[in-house]
Amino acid sequence: MGVYLFKRLLLIIPTFLGITLITFLIIQMAPGSPVSLKIQQMGGEGIRTETVSKAVIEQTKKLYGLDQPIHVQYLQWIKRLATFNFGDSYKDHRPVLTKIREALPVTLLLNFISIFLIYLISIPLGIFSALKSRTLLDQAVTVILFILYSLPSFWVAMILIIYLGGGEYLNLFPVAGISSQGVGELTRWGQFGNVLWHLVLPIIVLTYGGFAFLARLSRAQLLEVIRQDYIRTARAKGLSESAVILKHALRNSLIPLITLSGTLLPAMIGGSVVVEQIFSIPGMGKLGFEAVLSRDYPTVMAIAAIEALLTLVGILVSDLMYVWVDPRISFEGM
Amino acid sequence: MGTKHESYWRQVWRQFQRDKLAVVGLIFVLSLFLVAFAAPWIARYSPTAYDLNAILLSPSMHHWLGTDAQGRDVFARMVFGTRVSLSVGFVAVVLYVAIGIFLGALAGYFGGWVDMVISRMIEVMICFPTFFLILTVLAFVGPSLYNIMVVIGLTSWPGIARLVRGEFFKLRGQDFVLASRVIGAGSLRIIFRHILPNGLAPVLVSSTFGVASAILVESGLSFLGFGVQPPTPSWGEILSQSRDFMDIAWWLAIFPGAAIFLTVTAYNLVGEGLRDAIDPRLKI
Repeated sequence: MGVYLFKRLLLIIPTFLGITLITFLIIQMAPGSPVSLKIQQMGGEGIRTETVSKAVIEQTKKLYGLDQPIHVQYLQWIKRLATFNFGDSYKDHRPVLTKIREALPVTLLLNFISIFLIYLISIPLGIFSALKSRTLLDQAVTVILFILYSLPSFWVAMILIIYLGGGEYLNLFPVAGISSQGVGELTRWGQFGNVLWHLVLPIIVLTYGGFAFLARLSRAQLLEVIRQDYIRTARAKGLSESAVILKHALRNSLIPLITLSGTLLPAMIGGSVVVEQIFSIPGMGKLGFEAVLSRDYPTVMAIAAIEALLTLVGILVSDLMYVWVDPRISFEGM
Repeated sequence: MGTKHESYWRQVWRQFQRDKLAVVGLIFVLSLFLVAFAAPWIARYSPTAYDLNAILLSPSMHHWLGTDAQGRDVFARMVFGTRVSLSVGFVAVVLYVAIGIFLGALAGYFGGWVDMVISRMIEVMICFPTFFLILTVLAFVGPSLYNIMVVIGLTSWPGIARLVRGEFFKLRGQDFVLASRVIGAGSLRIIFRHILPNGLAPVLVSSTFGVASAILVESGLSFLGFGVQPPTPSWGEILSQSRDFMDIAWWLAIFPGAAIFLTVTAYNLVGEGLRDAIDPRLKI
């Protein structure tokens, strides 16, 4: 375990360097950079430098030192990453890090609630569906989950706004922001309730896809485990059905679901771009998207880098949980 | 070897046909391709022609799915939009499957430091939230059909690479691989002629699901105004237009959304059917 931990932590270093390299490659494509000029000379249709203002090009050149030798640029970029000095936003000239500090808690709150709900609903549902396998109820659940899995989130968001958000029909939920105007006058619990009430629709949109995915997976996992020999052994030695399922089958079927949690977070943060944009939630997704729209490169790069680093930590945590729940896993298996 | 291989895929096809829903999905996907090719003959109006006398008309005999805020025929735009969704789904997935197979095969076959390096590359790519990474790159290079396909292709390969790597780990120690090595086959030949065909089935399944998610990504980008640029019609773009007219023009929201949903569902059904046909053990 100790050796595993050490080796696992050591592996962060190359991955971190990889993240710096990928983000650096993206910066190399910035308008005005040698690479983008080259692509333009070759007749690449993609980079349309003429649509970017001269000022942005000059600022970007200066910010990332695009006129300096490439190794100097890279060292500068690593230094920026290591010191979290991402420069000032082109849009409002506030430090990018300050803007991210305001946005990150909102996105994390949204995603942690969503992931919690996803696990809370989908695992019991998957187990239920697996135990009732091949019954009418199981089939109904399977069909519903399949439909949820394929529904585009932005479409669902729009339909929810039309029908529940005061578009044409019911006006049950607010559809913009995370709190009402004048929320500060409410009591602490009132404020809390107000925020939750604002988050209902976004959280529905954020959860249903992952929830369908995970419920289907946990059903398949449990059915797979139930077929194993050790389950037959457990039944043969006369254990009660609930002991077989809860003690033997369930624990083994949950293992892959746990590792998923590490990769679920980045997928959901990516997905929250659309959700935050539609519901005007001032989180990382909206900040990032607006930065992309206005070519606010310092903000874009900071968000890409910080989200990658966060995920790195998330994957590390889920790897460690994996070893913790399943002693058979060793470093050799990676 | 050749005949045995063929009969395996014929077996898969026979299994696949038993799954009626998967067959329905396949027929739906194939007819969409037909619609995309025959778009100019199917649509009765131009998808880009403005008609200021026909703004926001609800569905009727003339305009089957109504018109948009510029008086353009929604049916024509939907029909032509099929081209965008299908080509992005197809090209992007072919691109990243090729990258994924190449890297996964190298890692799984050679192991050791090659595997170490490629595994780190996979981990690095997984660290980036894909959708935001795609947006980020598009912020630098600008959105266009071509860029979207390339960017999705270059960012989405880790899943396939992992899959192929795992398949190669399983297969490289088997007797038929040893046998071909004994005969003196080179590494490249063993990788592409012997191991890869045996490990291709799960890749096919995963790519089918991949097309579904690439279509979702493209329509999401278009919905945010970061997809194919106007006047080219795409489903996501029609849907995004409807945001301003949600109360008065339901047809702008319902039809493109339903088209995306049905297409994604169809691909997912085909993927599930293929998965069950390839690995009957998973049939539940």
